[in-house]
Parts: sequence; structure tokens; C-alpha cells
Amino acid sequence: MFEIVSKRVLAPRITEMKVHAPRVASSAKPGQFVIVRTDEQGERIPLTICDYDPEAGTVTIVTQEVGFSSHKINSLELGDSFVDFAGPLGRPSDLLDLPEDELKAKKILFVAGGVGTAPVYPQVKWLKEHGVDADVVIGAKTKDLFTYVDEMKEVGNVYLCTDDGSEGFHGMVTGLMKDLIDNQGKKYDHCVIIGPMIMMKFAAMTTKEYGIPTMVSLNALMVDGTGMCGACRVSVDGETRFTCVDGPEFDGHKVDFDEAMRRQNMYRDNKKSNPETHKCKCNG
Amino acid sequence: MANRIPRVKVREQDPKVRAANFEEVCYGYNDEEAALEASRCLDCKVPRCVGQCPVHVNIPGFIKKVAEGDLRGAAEVISVDSTLPSVCGRVCPQESQCEGACVLGIKSEPVAIGKLERYVGDWKIAHSDEVNVELPARNGKRVAVVGSGPAGLACASDLAKAGYEVKIFEALHKVGGVLVYGIPEFRLPKEGIVAKEVDEVRKLGVEIETDVVVGRTMTVDDLLDREGFDAVFVGSGAGLPRFMGIEGENLNGVCSANEFLTRANLMHAYDDEYDTPIYTGRRVVVVGGGNVAMDAVRTAKRLGADAVIVYRRSEAELPARVEEVHHAKEEGIEFRMLTNPVRVIGDEKGWVKALECVEMELGEPDESGRRSPVAKEGSNFEIECDVVIMALGTSPNPLIKSTTDGLETNRRGCIVADEEGHTSREGVFAGGDAVTGAATVILAMGAGRKAAKAIDEYLSAK
Repeated sequence: MFEIVSKRVLAPRITEMKVHAPRVASSAKPGQFVIVRTDEQGERIPLTICDYDPEAGTVTIVTQEVGFSSHKINSLELGDSFVDFAGPLGRPSDLLDLPEDELKAKKILFVAGGVGTAPVYPQVKWLKEHGVDADVVIGAKTKDLFTYVDEMKEVGNVYLCTDDGSEGFHGMVTGLMKDLIDNQGKKYDHCVIIGPMIMMKFAAMTTKEYGIPTMVSLNALMVDGTGMCGACRVSVDGETRFTCVDGPEFDGHKVDFDEAMRRQNMYRDNKKSNPETHKCKCNG
Repeated sequence: MANRIPRVKVREQDPKVRAANFEEVCYGYNDEEAALEASRCLDCKVPRCVGQCPVHVNIPGFIKKVAEGDLRGAAEVISVDSTLPSVCGRVCPQESQCEGACVLGIKSEPVAIGKLERYVGDWKIAHSDEVNVELPARNGKRVAVVGSGPAGLACASDLAKAGYEVKIFEALHKVGGVLVYGIPEFRLPKEGIVAKEVDEVRKLGVEIETDVVVGRTMTVDDLLDREGFDAVFVGSGAGLPRFMGIEGENLNGVCSANEFLTRANLMHAYDDEYDTPIYTGRRVVVVGGGNVAMDAVRTAKRLGADAVIVYRRSEAELPARVEEVHHAKEEGIEFRMLTNPVRVIGDEKGWVKALECVEMELGEPDESGRRSPVAKEGSNFEIECDVVIMALGTSPNPLIKSTTDGLETNRRGCIVADEEGHTSREGVFAGGDAVTGAATVILAMGAGRKAAKAIDEYLSAK
């Protein structure tokens, strides 16, 4: 059992939890994910690691409620436990493989949308610890939906934008990215984008225009998360890859986003995925 | 000849009823049936059956005990060589192993060795409190076993019996490997049988930790250096599914048999009490002819779909156990032999609507000795369906290979190990599907046992 040692609500339907999972905490690296299960009847749900503390033995996850299982996760309280918390899974971020001098010379832009901000955090934090200051564009529909902004400001140069103009740049992340490059004299030679699939698609199109090599972190459907089922397969440069073992980060200019979005919605209309029609008796 | 008793038929669930439920197909023998069937054994001086069993169970020995009504004695005879009799009695390909070698089979039908083994195993599970397990004193040496499937369980059992402290690390949340994620409930009950036989392994003092993905959570080197194990056995199986590489394979509605079966078996997706969804559609085509294909197609049928097997060779070449093919046919599965998919066709929203296939004919024998199928030109046709399940075999997961320096693998991704399980790394042993590629439960158990012996020799000499 993996106990929840802290819990806070970051925004409506978005919750952060620190979970006691010493083995995962001591091996975790930026870019990797875990598979969690709330109870014996629960699904195996993949969640990107948002922070980890090997000494305390804790791993931080941030969950946005989108269906029945994410609702179940966020309904757990401080002191409750996950029955399963397996990981770290997937490959760490490519940035970790770079020689130090090459890494320090890089001008890196992170682009985070919605709940994607938290998974960006460990990468920016890791870079900061390795002497690299990265720029971070964070986008939200409106200012109340921002998460992890204060944390991010401690480790990177943060630029905010909102669709409704309630805070920061008025517009989408793509608009702010263009503004930074065209009007503020910024130059980037590496970009990492994490967020909703549609946002990653358009943000990657933008970096392609500027010729900036780009990685995206895909949140595909998974069952086991270890390479066994292939539910998470994605086309990258015309080849089928498994998000769980070959990813979750892939070349953003080569991912077939339309296929990925279609596959992600495979179970959207399934009666079990919808909290309204879900028929189990676990909630009475 | 000693007897003219015909082979005792085993009672099974009515095919029409069972095609709509997940209860076990076969009821097994009752006491009278088992005693009668056991009386058919000739107790050969040189038992050919034993030689054909990958773990060399003393078959005439345990059958004699059954005939005498001494079931505890029968269980003890089996447990010398096998920890999983209830599992093996259900899933071994007996017709090509023990029963295939039975002398009675020459003129009539072989002794139902599998059904008798299952009978004894089930008796043991029901009477597990009465069977005392005597453990030898611990020798102070520790062995880590990667994977809790048949290879790992067999290896761990033998090592524990030999006095080693053994810990199994399992990547998934349930113990049993392919026994829990792959083989369906209607062939191998999970709570009633698999969990119980795993409990027997635990009784030997074997510790099991789930949610540990070796290669990610810890590496093989971590186990040796940081965790202080004296040797490691890798029995991580062959979990990586293959796809055909044809057009349309990533359409919604196409999945691997591994995914379909994992959802159904490990995650209980067929049960409304569980959260994991499964998509079955109205008409399911399963591509392949092995046991996994049969498991997938029969699962789809039970979930309410019309279910079809598409296989590129003819029925004679089907690699699945005869009993599984027979059961599938009884349950109304449609078999389309000499048929090979060339393209999955989708609708405007990207969901499967048909599978385009070609007719095949058998040509010259290939390296496997089977006649290789050749496409008939211009014979393309479509099978209407909304789900396509690929059951084309699996290869070993590359996680351990890619994170263990100096561990040699072959071009198919299998760990290179000799007959005894020695790998290219000192102190690291391997066996089962991780070495051979996808094979059978009993072969994996055999490999696990051989490796246990090699580990014992290695650590005794150290």
C-alpha cells in the first residue's frame, strides 16, 4: 500500500498528492511516469511524475478529473493509500543524456498547457540544479486554472498567457511563443511541450515553423504500462511506437497527432468511463 | 492387456451455456471417475510419459496412489517435481507430452494424465491445511527472482526447498504472470486455482513483492549490489505483442490479444464491478491460430460478439491445443482457415469496419517443417467486423536487456542462456519465455527448475 502523505487542491478538479513510494522515489527521473490503482476494482492509470524526493521516499502526482477513475483518485484523502503505485516507467527526458557543456549551451523553452504544467516542473527543476535557466510558457483558459506557477517561478523564467486575457499575455501558448521569439528577441534551440494533445499539436507546428527541435510528452491510453499490451501505440515518423516503453516523449514534429487524439478517445463513450453511467457499487 | 476400460470422459459445462459466461469449462473428475481412470494406468516399467514431461513428474507413481484412494500420497509424489499441478493439469499440452507418449494411446486412448493431475492438485488446494510443509534450515544465501510467472514460481519453489531465502519481484499488481493476465478465467480460475497455488509457494517461505518493474524500479545490478542478493533468476516472460505491420492497424478497434486478454483477465473488464473498460463490438476477428488466439476469440464470444478466427495455414497446422480448438468450435466460433489479412479498413471516424484478406494455399515446407502459406493472387475479399485482435505471438520485453550491461540477447530479443539457465553474466540466470520466446507454462516451469539447480550449484561452490 502506498500512503498519501499530503494532498492539496490546485484548481477546480485538479489535485496534487505526495505519495509514499520509496522505491519509485529513489529511481525516478524527469519525464517518467507511474501507474496507479486506487482499489482492487480500479483501473491502472498512468500519471506523469511531477516531483520526487528520494530521502523522504515520496513521489508527487497531479491529477485532473476527466472521468470515473481520475475522480476516484482525487476522492482519496490524506492518510488513504493507493493499492498500487508502480514505476518509474517510460524513458527519462532526452535532456538528461546530454553532456554537461552541451546542456549548458542550450536555450530551452518549455511550453505547458493546463494540467501539463506539473509534469514540466521536474524537468525545469532538474535543469536549474544543473545550472541551466529555462524559459517556461504556461497557458490556461483563465487565471483561476493556473497550477504550479509559484513552484515554477522558483526554478525557471515563467511567461503566462490566458485565453481570456485575465492574466499575462492575452491568447494561446502559440501566440505567446511567437511573441517571445518575434518581439522579445528570444532564441531557442530546444523545446519541450506538455499539455492537452490538441495544444501539443499546434505548439509543435509553431516550433516547426521556427525550426526548433521539439519533444512532446504523450498521455496515451495504457493498461499495463510496461510494453505488454500496445494500447498506447502511436505513429512517429510513420512507425508504430509504444508510448509506455519507447516514450512518453517523442519528436513533436513527427508524431501523428490526429491518430493519437482519435486513439485517446477510444473508450470515451464506454459506459464505465463516465461517472454518470458507471455501474459499480463502490460509491454506494 | 490389463484393462479394457475406456477413458473416462470428463464432464463439461454445456457449450451453449458456457459461451455466455466466464465459469470454468471443464468440471474435472469426481472421486469415482478419478479412481476409475487411474485404474487404467498400466504402471509401465519404463514409463514413457515421465520422459515426455518437462519437469519429469512421477506420473505412474501418483496415479497409483489415486487408484488406491491415497490422495495425500498422490499430492506428495507430484510436489517433488511440480508446484503447480492444478495449473498444469489444466493448461499443459498433454496430447503432445505425457499423454502423447502413453502406451495405451497406441491401441485405444491414453490415460487422462492431465485430468488426474488436476484432480490431485485441486484436492491439495482443498486440503492445504492438512499438508505439512517441512522446510530445511536456511543457508543464509539470498536469490532474487524476476517475474512471478510459471518459470519464476518453479525456480523460487525449488530454491526455497533447498534452503535459500527467495524473493520474487513482480511488475504487475497480481502474482502469476501469464497465468493471471493471459489465460482466461474459463480455462484457469484465478482466485480458486492460481492464487491458491501461489499461496503454496509462499508457504515454502518465498516472499513476493508486486509493483516492482525490474529494469525501471530497480535494475538487475541493483538487486545484486544494492539489495544484496547472491544471484538473480530472470523469468520475465515474453510480453511484447507483435503486430502485422499492415495498413490500418492503428485504427480504433484494433488491439493485441495481450491487450484484450489483459483487460479481461487481469483487470476483470468483463465484470461491471471493475472499472477497466473493454471494447468488443458486434463482430470480432482474431488473427492467429495459437492458444492465445483461442483464448481471445472465446473471450470475445463470451462478451457477446460474433467471433471469428482467421488463420493463414490450414486447420492441421493450428498450433493451439486440440482441446482448445474443439471447445472453441463447440462454442460456435467461426474458423476461416487459409486466410491472411492484408489491410484493416476503417470508417470515416477512424473505427474498424472490415478486414481485407487474401486466400492462401500451402506451398513447400518452411524451416519450421510446416508447409508455408502462399497468397492466391487476386483473391482479396473483405470480412465485415468492428474489432480486430492480433494474436501473432509475443517477444521478450526489452526492459531488462536494455538496462543490464553484459547480458547477451539474440536477434529475436531473447536472453541467451544455456540448458541450465546460465547467461553471459555471472550470477544472473534466466529461463522460460524470456529465453525461448513464447512457449508453454510447463516448459517455463522446467526451465525454472533447471535454473534453480544451476543456481544451487553456483552458490554452493562460491
